[in-house]
Amino acid sequence: MKITVNGTEHDLGEIDPTTPLLWVLRDELGLTGTRFGCGKGLCGACTVHLGGAPTRSCLLPVQAVTAEITTIEGLSKNGDHPVQESWRELCVPQCGYCQSGQMMTAAALLADGSKPDDEKIDAAMAGNICRCGTYPRIRQAIHRAAGGAK
Amino acid sequence: MTSVEPRGFDRRQFLSGIGTGSALLVGSQLSAGTILPGSVLEQTAPTNEPLQPSIWLAIAEDGSVRIWTHRSEMGTGIRTSLPMVVADELGADWDKVTIEQALGDRRYGSQNTDGSRSIRRFYEPMRRAGAAARAMLEQAAAKEWNVDAKQCAAREHAVHGPDGKRLGFGELVAAARELSPPKTEDLTFRKPAERRYVGKDEVRFYDLDDILMGKAKFGADVRPEGMVFAAIWRVPVLGGTIDSFDATAAKAVPGVTEVVELDLFEGPPAFQALGGIAVIGRNTHAATRGRDALEVKWSGGDNAGFSSPAFDAEMQATAQEPGRVVREVGDVDGAMKAAGAKHEAMYTVPFLAHAQMEPLAAVASVTDGKCTVWAPTQNPQAAQGAIAAALGINPKNVEVHVTLLGGGFGRKSKPDFAVEAALLAQKLGKPVRVQWTREDDTRFDYYHSAAAVHVEAGLGDDGMPTAWLQRSVFPPISLTFSPRADMPSAGELGLGFTDLPYPITNIRCEAGRARAKTRIGWMRSVHHVQHAFSECSFVDELAAKAGADPLEYLVKLIGEPRHVDLTGVEYPNQGEPLERYPVDTGRLLRVLKHVAEKANWGRKLPQGKGLGIAAHRSFLGYVATVVEVEVSKAGTVRIPRVDIGIDAGTIVNPDRVRAQLEGAATFGIGIALLGEITFADGAVQQGNYHDFLVPRMPEAPREVHTYLLPNDAPPSGVGETGTPPMAPALCNAIFAATGKRVRRLPIKQHDLSWG
Repeated sequence: MKITVNGTEHDLGEIDPTTPLLWVLRDELGLTGTRFGCGKGLCGACTVHLGGAPTRSCLLPVQAVTAEITTIEGLSKNGDHPVQESWRELCVPQCGYCQSGQMMTAAALLADGSKPDDEKIDAAMAGNICRCGTYPRIRQAIHRAAGGAK
Repeated sequence: MTSVEPRGFDRRQFLSGIGTGSALLVGSQLSAGTILPGSVLEQTAPTNEPLQPSIWLAIAEDGSVRIWTHRSEMGTGIRTSLPMVVADELGADWDKVTIEQALGDRRYGSQNTDGSRSIRRFYEPMRRAGAAARAMLEQAAAKEWNVDAKQCAAREHAVHGPDGKRLGFGELVAAARELSPPKTEDLTFRKPAERRYVGKDEVRFYDLDDILMGKAKFGADVRPEGMVFAAIWRVPVLGGTIDSFDATAAKAVPGVTEVVELDLFEGPPAFQALGGIAVIGRNTHAATRGRDALEVKWSGGDNAGFSSPAFDAEMQATAQEPGRVVREVGDVDGAMKAAGAKHEAMYTVPFLAHAQMEPLAAVASVTDGKCTVWAPTQNPQAAQGAIAAALGINPKNVEVHVTLLGGGFGRKSKPDFAVEAALLAQKLGKPVRVQWTREDDTRFDYYHSAAAVHVEAGLGDDGMPTAWLQRSVFPPISLTFSPRADMPSAGELGLGFTDLPYPITNIRCEAGRARAKTRIGWMRSVHHVQHAFSECSFVDELAAKAGADPLEYLVKLIGEPRHVDLTGVEYPNQGEPLERYPVDTGRLLRVLKHVAEKANWGRKLPQGKGLGIAAHRSFLGYVATVVEVEVSKAGTVRIPRVDIGIDAGTIVNPDRVRAQLEGAATFGIGIALLGEITFADGAVQQGNYHDFLVPRMPEAPREVHTYLLPNDAPPSGVGETGTPPMAPALCNAIFAATGKRVRRLPIKQHDLSWG
């Protein structure tokens, strides 16, 4: 079985095809930036892009991966995606564990160049839990990355 | 330790703790060298040895500075803040500083990163570490220039002398290395105006870029060569036993290699591994699927009857009866009888889980009787001790590497999960990672104590209390270490209960017995959760009864600024003397008034919207908050705005303190609104984020406005201090918005619909 992650094709050999993508990324490919939080698609810590769409990798069997995957490690080469820049500017993270997933969801939200309002941001981000409570800074950072005010 | 170099592993972060570098360290200071005559710079042969005046820092000949941080990073920024203090006192440029995470080692003093005490306890030692190294560099320069050391000053990574003389730190290392570290009493410290970093927002926290790029290393990101993966089945009821099990289905799961029994714990659970059945696999998925496929017959044992409704009723009944008196002022019974009016209320808080985002995980390797562990632990020394006891080896043969923590909140002070990894590594003879699932994490926590607090007051004609009686009932933390314990300690009751700050003529505080059948632990702000909730809610109730504005009533109740007299009360005060850290109502009033003004307290709001206020001292700091709530006619709660301020004395890292307040607002709102762990037949009923709820972006405060009121007082705690007043302030706001009083948390179980 083969999948393409961050522009690189990987041959997974004889892998159990039901293995969730999350564990393929972490255990087989060593891409540990994608985090395990709940294993049930409830917290968003494992969010990656599947063909550009934010996807919970903990629920997605690797056999169902039909498009290119982007993980936090591939969001930008030098950590300069607008979302990463605004996250840096506002010092958003606290413990940082959920932030890969938060940024991947935010990057997908902003991919079409729109400037979402608070309600749209809340709706898009509601699937991503941050127990440290960085939500106000996340919302502000999304506005900033979108080039909007706030 | 052989071949445990993890794959794709950041050596900088994990393998360069003390004892692994080139310099040998003895005690807390290096032995003094000989001072050479003449120009030490010329006569000292370069050795590339760093200047290492203490266990805290090393300065290399290229000028780079390494600072060891011994506290665990779980999101407070402490890994940055303590080194900032060292760097500032030293006069180092921050961009030449690298931070090393220290191994678990008693020479650092306590590494138990809880109790909001990292800055409080280590601000002064860090200043001394920086000042000592600075003095050595200045002295080395003075010798070189043949001037008095008083004419030399370190700043911006160089020592500056008379006539524009200047030598970089790196150029002075060889000479300074020959000097003895100065005595503590001879150290001098920078004045506040000379500081570049402390109290300022000059420094971004150290791990920020790693986090943003997915490079930060947490517990499950460590992978020594040859590591296998483990998931463990544990008995759902504490103290229950395994009758029999069938591993046939588990072993049939692709990738499962072994099934291993772990002895069930005996005696008090303390920090022991719970024991159970471990399924070993070639990856996390295989191990977890295998674990889930185990067929286990088990018995709950003595604790199988434990249920939340019955326990809750028992605690409330106890809180209605006289308890053990832990503080008494005046004559409460007489004043109650004489009072024209009385008011009473019962407040309850359920068991709570920490629910940090990173489920527990630890990696261990045991070779030649020595154990190496990597764990997201708040307490590496406790891990060292617990692992040594479990493996039957000397603690000095246990090396604990602290990874970043994906949240902790107190859960990761308990190293049971690291002990599991160590036991499996010993049994299997190869490195093992134990990965807890979210369900494991929720069901095998050390829970925040459920509590019932009864409060009653006798009231004067002006509506102010003439007598205040409060009874707190909750299973103590000591229960985890001594199963017969059923009475909270003075330290636990000192968490916002015995230190009631109001100058009421007659006060009695009592504690009642409660014994839960689960592991009780400490969670962010600990028993302040129930005590701030009961006290600050009750004051709001009294204000309402008196027809007074809650803020005005509270200000009047706090009275004149003073230090609360706790004579005769066993009050540990977080281990600090009351002379240095008094219970100062002036500081409580100051932060209360400041936040009220900033929040525009008293502004008119339509029905369904309301403001609530609360102020509380905890971990030696003072916090006040105003919560604005919006309750829809259907009863849905939204929080448009929180204003929260802190007087934490000296503040080292303002941005991280603001972040802690922002986080505490959401954490406290979560306790108030959503959190609840319940037991049925001895087992926890919740398992994941669908039934143990924590705030998501829509439930969290839309805006959090933070205020820091620093002063010259010694530093207080910060990490936990913001949490306690949140729940009462929210409930008070809900009362203002709807007229409905919530005395029983969580709020989600109440019908708040109106109109």
